[in-house]
Parts: sequence; structure tokens; C-alpha cells
Amino acid sequence: MPSNRGRRGTVLWTAALATYAFLYLPLLIVIVYSFNDSRLNAEWVGFTWHWYEVLLHDEEMLITAGNSLLIATVSSLVATLLGTMAGIAMHRYRIRPLTFIVMAPVAMPEILLGVSLLLFFIQVLNLTLGMLSIILAHITFSIGFVAIVVRTSLAGLDESLFEAARDCGASPWETFRHSTFPLILPGVIAGGLMAFTLSIDDFVITFFTAGVGVSTLPLRIYSMIKIAVTPEVNAVSTLLMLLTLTIIVLASRIAPNVLKGKA
Amino acid sequence: MSDQRTPAARLTKWLVSAPPLIFLLLFFAAPGLIMVLASFRYPGEFGGLAPLVADPGTLHGLTLETYRFFFSDFIYTEIFLKSLLVALATTLICLVMAYPLALLIARSPKRRRDLMVLLVILPFASNFLIRIYAWMILLGPQAALSLMLNGLLGLFGVAPVHLLFSPFAVLVAMVYVHLPFMVLPLYTNLERHDPALLDAAQDLGASAWQRFWRVTFPLSLPGIFSGSVLVFIPVLGMFAIPDILGGTRDMLIGNLIKEQFLGTRDWPFGSTLSIMLTLAVLLCVWIAARLGGRRPHHA
Repeated sequence: MPSNRGRRGTVLWTAALATYAFLYLPLLIVIVYSFNDSRLNAEWVGFTWHWYEVLLHDEEMLITAGNSLLIATVSSLVATLLGTMAGIAMHRYRIRPLTFIVMAPVAMPEILLGVSLLLFFIQVLNLTLGMLSIILAHITFSIGFVAIVVRTSLAGLDESLFEAARDCGASPWETFRHSTFPLILPGVIAGGLMAFTLSIDDFVITFFTAGVGVSTLPLRIYSMIKIAVTPEVNAVSTLLMLLTLTIIVLASRIAPNVLKGKA
Repeated sequence: MSDQRTPAARLTKWLVSAPPLIFLLLFFAAPGLIMVLASFRYPGEFGGLAPLVADPGTLHGLTLETYRFFFSDFIYTEIFLKSLLVALATTLICLVMAYPLALLIARSPKRRRDLMVLLVILPFASNFLIRIYAWMILLGPQAALSLMLNGLLGLFGVAPVHLLFSPFAVLVAMVYVHLPFMVLPLYTNLERHDPALLDAAQDLGASAWQRFWRVTFPLSLPGIFSGSVLVFIPVLGMFAIPDILGGTRDMLIGNLIKEQFLGTRDWPFGSTLSIMLTLAVLLCVWIAARLGGRRPHHA
């Protein structure tokens, strides 16, 4: 019944295109209005770079951007190290409590991690909230994501390769250094990039662990949109999208199966 | 695997496992336990927690007071039920929207699939607040959608409605933010179906509708369950979307918890609410696992 199948195909395509439109239209509007010569995000007036200039001269925004980059760099480096170890341990030793403790922060609602860390930092560590507390919190939720990516790349490796290395007299460390590590390196880098974007983008956990002194880009965006809708938010959003997109393209080039591994 | 019983191998095992394990015990497990403990404490005079040991006459030590308080006023149970309802509605809408798309991707030629999947993930990569902000613009009173709708309502003599700061806005954004979580596991499941099954059903005279409901749909149940868990859990704990797009009455559990920790600073009650939320999440995962466990052979 070709005609029947054809009609069903059309129905599927229409529904799918509508869903794609639903996914993209809102973001497109944010981007388009960032170039709009009007205070209101309501109708198109004309093209301008004005909101990007405003952004460049917004000192507070630049400071928060600097904070975000610093936090993301430090936390993703530490999370990559710990996450890679966790991924290897999960793959090789199958220690159940370790797997649980690595995966649980990924699976639970972010707010729970945020408030429990807030309690812990203030009540137990007596730590003044700020850069350090944010970085520690970001490492905590990133380890799991890195570990998943690293474990996925380990699972795709041929075990006989390592047996061959051992049979040739390589010590466990040599086997790791010269055969395992180079092979999982793309996964490690991709995991690190993922941790970096997770940190740059995180709002919920940062919201609870930042305190009053330090702000990040998402926190600043939040306080801006709580007050009013302004095209400056559109401009910073557009730049942030560009940054995340670049990193994702980079990650998918380095380890093509990372994105699929996420699914 | 190398021999794991030699001392060197055992040392390696601990060198690799210990650092992440210790870090997460310290910054994930310990905070969790502290929160359980905090839920049995009294609130401090100036927010936070009251001292565990103090002069007689002041409130200190451990208590079940916060739990009693939770059940004493129906409003808290009501907010929990409302959050469960919003999470359920979001999950169902995501399912209905994601299914045709996932099916189409799974039945597309192999070389096109990766691109179609990437197109689903891409918007998901933009910042979470930006995706909420986009709906502030789209649903704003001056935006085309509101003008059109209210123009139409005006024709029938109905008073104009506000789309922004309403339960509608909250639901739309919940669906928008979580849709990819439903599409991906569904697609991964549907992609593995053997087309021969559908051909066989057709040869036996099943109509397109029957082929879907009696072959494709039952086989996709595991994908539906994993997608549903991935959507349901984060929605249940969400505070930012009702906070930004909802009205004052659209408070969910997440907002209530945020309010206890940062607003009124009643940390024991905030901890109690967080533990209730954790229990609700665990219950949902358990139910999904039970339902998923009954599924036919397909992994």
C-alpha cells in the first residue's frame, strides 16, 4: 500500500517538522532581537550592533564572564582528572558503591545537590561562600559526566590489545601509559569539554553555592531577566550560545561517539 | 583482566578508585547525610540551625517537629501533589511530541540519522536560562502570539488573557527544556526494532494502526520508561521555570525548598522538604523500574 505509507510519511514529517520548529524558533528569536534597534523585544525596527557595545562596556558583566571562565577552567580540569579515574575504576573493577556515588549526582534533581552543599559548606566546613565553594560544587556534579564518557570509550576498546601488551612484557603502568591512555584520550578531552560547558552553563547549583560576593554569567542573566527583558540579555545569550556551540562541535570532532554516548 | 590479587594490582586499584571516591564521599555523601540530620534539628534564632547542644530552656537537640509541621498544614502536601501533576503532564506532552520525531529519525536512511539527532541535541546545548528567557519574549504581552490570541478572543467578546506568568507558560517551558531527554532514549529504542516484524504483521493483514499499537508501541515501552524518568525527575525538582515564568500561585516543591534555604532561612524545614523530594524521586524511579521490569524480553 504505497499511498497509505506515503500519507503516513507525510503525517510523521509534519509532526517532526513542527517539533523541530518548536525547538528552534524561540532561540532564533532571541538571536534576531539581539540585533534589533529597539528596547523592546516586540517588533523589528532595524539592525544594530548597539547591544553588543553595551555589553562590552558593562563592567560587571565582564567581571562575571571572567569568573565563569575561571570557575569552568579549574573545575573542569579537576573533574576531568577525577572523572577519568572514576571511569576507569568503574569499567575495570566494577565497585558498586563507586558506580552509585558517581552516577547519583547526575541523576538527581540539581536543587538537592545545591541545598545539601549549601548546608555542608556553611554548617560543617564553616566556609564563606564564593569562588571556592562554587568550584567544589561544579567538580562534584561534573565527575559523573566525565566518568560516563570515559567509560563509554573504554567499553569500545579491544581488550586483546592490552593482553598483547602484557604478553610482550609491559608493566600495568606501561600498558596504561602507551596503549590504554592514548586510545581513551579523545574521550577524556571530550569529557573535559563537556565538564567545561556544564560549569559555564550551570545555574541551579551555582545559585545555592555562590553566596553574595561572587557572580557568574548565568547568575547575572538570572538577575537581569528577573527585573526586565532587555536586548542586552539577548546579546549575551547569543554570545554564550556561540561559545557552547563551538565547544560542542570541537568535542564531537575529537570523539564522534560522545554525543551518541549521551543518548 | 590482569591478576587483581597481587599487591601491586591491589595498590593500583585503590590509587585509581580512591581519589574520586573520597572526593564524592566528602562532597556528595556527607552533605546528603548532613541534610538528613538537619531535618531533625530546630531552626536557629537567626536562620540556619539551632545548636545541637545549648543551655536548657532554649530549643536544641533533635526533633520530629519539621515532619509534624509538614503534615499539619495541607498546603505542603498540596504543593507536592501539584508538582507531581506538573511533572506528569510535562512527561506526557513530551512523549506525544517526541514519539513521531523519534519514529521518523529511526526510520530515516542511516546517513541522515546522526544529523537529525544532532539537531535535537543542539538547542539543548544552549544555556538553560536562555531557553526560559526565550519564552518570556515569545509569551510577552506585546508579542505576536499574545496579540493574535487576544485579538481572536476579543472577537468573541472574551477578556484578554495573560500568557506570561501563568501555569501555561510554566508548562510550555517545562516541555521545551526537557523534550530532548524524551526524544533520545525513544530513538535509541526505536532504532533497534527489526523491520521484519512490521513486514510480518503486514503480511498477516494488520493495518498501519494495528501494526503501530500491537508491534511498535509495546516494543518501545522500555524507551518510553527511560525517557519518562529522565523528564519526570528534573521537572519534579525544578524551581527556576516557575520562578521566572510562573505567577505567584504557581509555586512548586523546588520553589518551596529554595524559599526555606534562601528566603525565610528555615533550614530544618528546607531539609525536610528536600528529603521528601528525594523520597518522591526514589519512589518514581522504583515504579518506573517495576513497570519496565515487566516488559517483554527486549532489553
